[in-house]
Amino acid sequence: MAGPATHIYLDNAATTRTDPRVVEAVVRCLREDYGNASSLHRLGIAAEQALTAARAQVAAAIEATPVEIVFTSGGTEANGLAVLGAAGAARGRHAVASAVEHPSVLGSLKLLEEQGWEVTLVPVDADGRVDAEAVVAAVRGDTAVAARMLVQNEIGAVEPVAEVGALLRRAGSRCVFHVDAVQGLGKLPLSVRDLACDTLAVSAHKVHGPKGTGALYVRKGVRLRPLVGGGKQERGVRPGTENVPGCAGFGVAAALARAELPAAAARMAALRDRLVERVLAVEAGARLVGPPPGAHRACYSATLAFPRVPAEALLHALEARGVYVSSGSACASRQRGRSHVLRAIGLADHLETIRVTLSRETSEAEIDAAATAILAALGEIRA
Amino acid sequence: MSELCVVRYAEIFLKGQNRHFFEERLQRNLRAALRPLAGAHVRRLHGRMLVDPGPAGVARAIELLARVFGVASLSPALVVPPDLEALGAAALELTRVEVARRAGAPPSFKVETRRSDKRFPLQSPQVSQEIGARIVAALALPVDVHDPDVLVTVEIGVERSFVFAATIPGPGGLPVGTAGRVTALVSGGIDSPVAAWLAMKRGCEVEAVYFHSFPYTGDRTKEKVRDLCRVISAWHGPMTLWVVHFTDVQKALRGAGPAELAVVLYRRMMLRIAAERARLSGSKALVTGESLGQVASQTLDNLAVIDDAAPMPVLRPLIASDKTEIIATARRIGTYDVSVQPYDDCCSLFTPKHPATKARLQHVEAAEARLDLAALAAAAAAQAERFEVTP
Repeated sequence: MAGPATHIYLDNAATTRTDPRVVEAVVRCLREDYGNASSLHRLGIAAEQALTAARAQVAAAIEATPVEIVFTSGGTEANGLAVLGAAGAARGRHAVASAVEHPSVLGSLKLLEEQGWEVTLVPVDADGRVDAEAVVAAVRGDTAVAARMLVQNEIGAVEPVAEVGALLRRAGSRCVFHVDAVQGLGKLPLSVRDLACDTLAVSAHKVHGPKGTGALYVRKGVRLRPLVGGGKQERGVRPGTENVPGCAGFGVAAALARAELPAAAARMAALRDRLVERVLAVEAGARLVGPPPGAHRACYSATLAFPRVPAEALLHALEARGVYVSSGSACASRQRGRSHVLRAIGLADHLETIRVTLSRETSEAEIDAAATAILAALGEIRA
Repeated sequence: MSELCVVRYAEIFLKGQNRHFFEERLQRNLRAALRPLAGAHVRRLHGRMLVDPGPAGVARAIELLARVFGVASLSPALVVPPDLEALGAAALELTRVEVARRAGAPPSFKVETRRSDKRFPLQSPQVSQEIGARIVAALALPVDVHDPDVLVTVEIGVERSFVFAATIPGPGGLPVGTAGRVTALVSGGIDSPVAAWLAMKRGCEVEAVYFHSFPYTGDRTKEKVRDLCRVISAWHGPMTLWVVHFTDVQKALRGAGPAELAVVLYRRMMLRIAAERARLSGSKALVTGESLGQVASQTLDNLAVIDDAAPMPVLRPLIASDKTEIIATARRIGTYDVSVQPYDDCCSLFTPKHPATKARLQHVEAAEARLDLAALAAAAAAQAERFEVTP
């Protein structure tokens, strides 16, 4: 079957289209700066320079200093390195997070539990937000890591993370405070100082960069145990020959994200609201899952719930119309069931969700076409 | 000294006058299975076949030949000059390999000799004794002439002489193509690929039909069915998969009758469409993965009503199998891991909460009377997408 003629890509929380300027930087690096950044000759130096430039660009995007950036293979590794690395370097046996963290954080915590650690998962409210004081109240004397995500990937909630950082600092806690900012970069202003965090994870492919590249901010003075042994690259925390092309691409992507952020965020929020209003105006039983539009909702994301509509069928009916989204909950007949996030916020059983996520490239015409497609697809499925 | 593979077939002997036809087909299928190996040859000897695997080696050839239906067993054999020294050395080497493979206590053994080249100076029992004595001297294995663990066979022929000690069971069954063509209804589940495989085992050439309900089922399920066909095509050779777009038919049926009859109505329609496809391809029967009583649509009452819609025989190789038995076969043939991937028929929208377990034909026919069934079936069959699947 031939695909539809147009592609309206609204699955940007899953991944984004690589920006052509990023592609150019990656290709240039692959072609020209193919040296090993650790080599002593001039090809090595050229690669090292590319890496240094990228590190500065990524640092600037989160208001960190370049020496605090550790490049990783992506968001999952950055989250894992923060959680497991902090645990490995600490004396404590306890970790704190919330019930709606990304699987990379929850999975790392599960590995700690298997090693005898105690993990406290703080519950969420119906909008998917986690009370900052409840997080801090769960921190004990032997807590080695507290991890929170900045923007919830499934429902777009902006979590009160800076508050957690400030409260922990005020309480004088010695635990490592990790922020998963993978869905925050390029969507809202990011400052590691304002968040008062010790580590912070970001990923390139969520901001029009290449896949397989991410970074972990590690505040000066914070010690992490590396996950693998090796050489001295990335301050010894993440050994292995650096992915120079990926990092160079990430650098360009981070710089673009930073430069375009204020205007892009406002535009994405307005388009997102336009889409939601159009759908909800016609679909009486539908609703927006997560916080209402405003400061508590990320600008690029709308999770829509429909009563008695199989979300995967809706996804495929949209696919047939050239509109690409995610489904937040699987069919009731499926053993996979709904996600841990939708369970945590207590979404009613008769509701199934699709997640529509915009990027800075999304146009008004695409949003209007997507709204029309959603309404038509709902009609087709119910027919 | 070169390595060959002796291929035996059992059931084909039963086929009297048709034996030649079965042997021809087996030889053709063996050749097809060995196509990935450059320089491989298949020769027919009296009552068995001899495979020269070429430079790829006998182990790789056996992997491929073990999936050719009609093969009863296989033996890697060493071809040697017809003299006692060479035959003895080969027998010793193969016995040593067998002993190492078995581990545990030393196995008993026996040497059996067949001598079709009567110019050979020793008689068969003498050859066996000579070579047996060498094996005893070298490996100190016990001899058991009645029920040996390892049977070392020495064959002294006019054209060539060879020795083998291991016998690897083949898949059994009949050569694919000897039983005629069938059309198998295949889904992304566990049962239907096994049913199609069993039809292949009994010599059927199989084409598959999958009913796709986009957008209620995503295209990943279609890919999954292609993967399943790819797995079973390793026993069959290239096969055709037809993807029937079933959504519109399903919608028409859903509106036609009471909800609890929906599954029976869908199944009857699937048989009609598959039969139309079968007619176009010259298939003589349909194959389904139904097992008596497994789910609501597979009660005896419902099977009777479903069967009523089929204009040709419906073969149900799994009808008396338990789920655990089906799963065991699926694991053995490699479809299980594909089948349990989570992209199966997603949607509960078309499946009633309480399907009828005893559908009555008159109710079903009343519901169908509102529809132009023949036109629906012909259109769905004609618009099916065709895929050629290879192992």
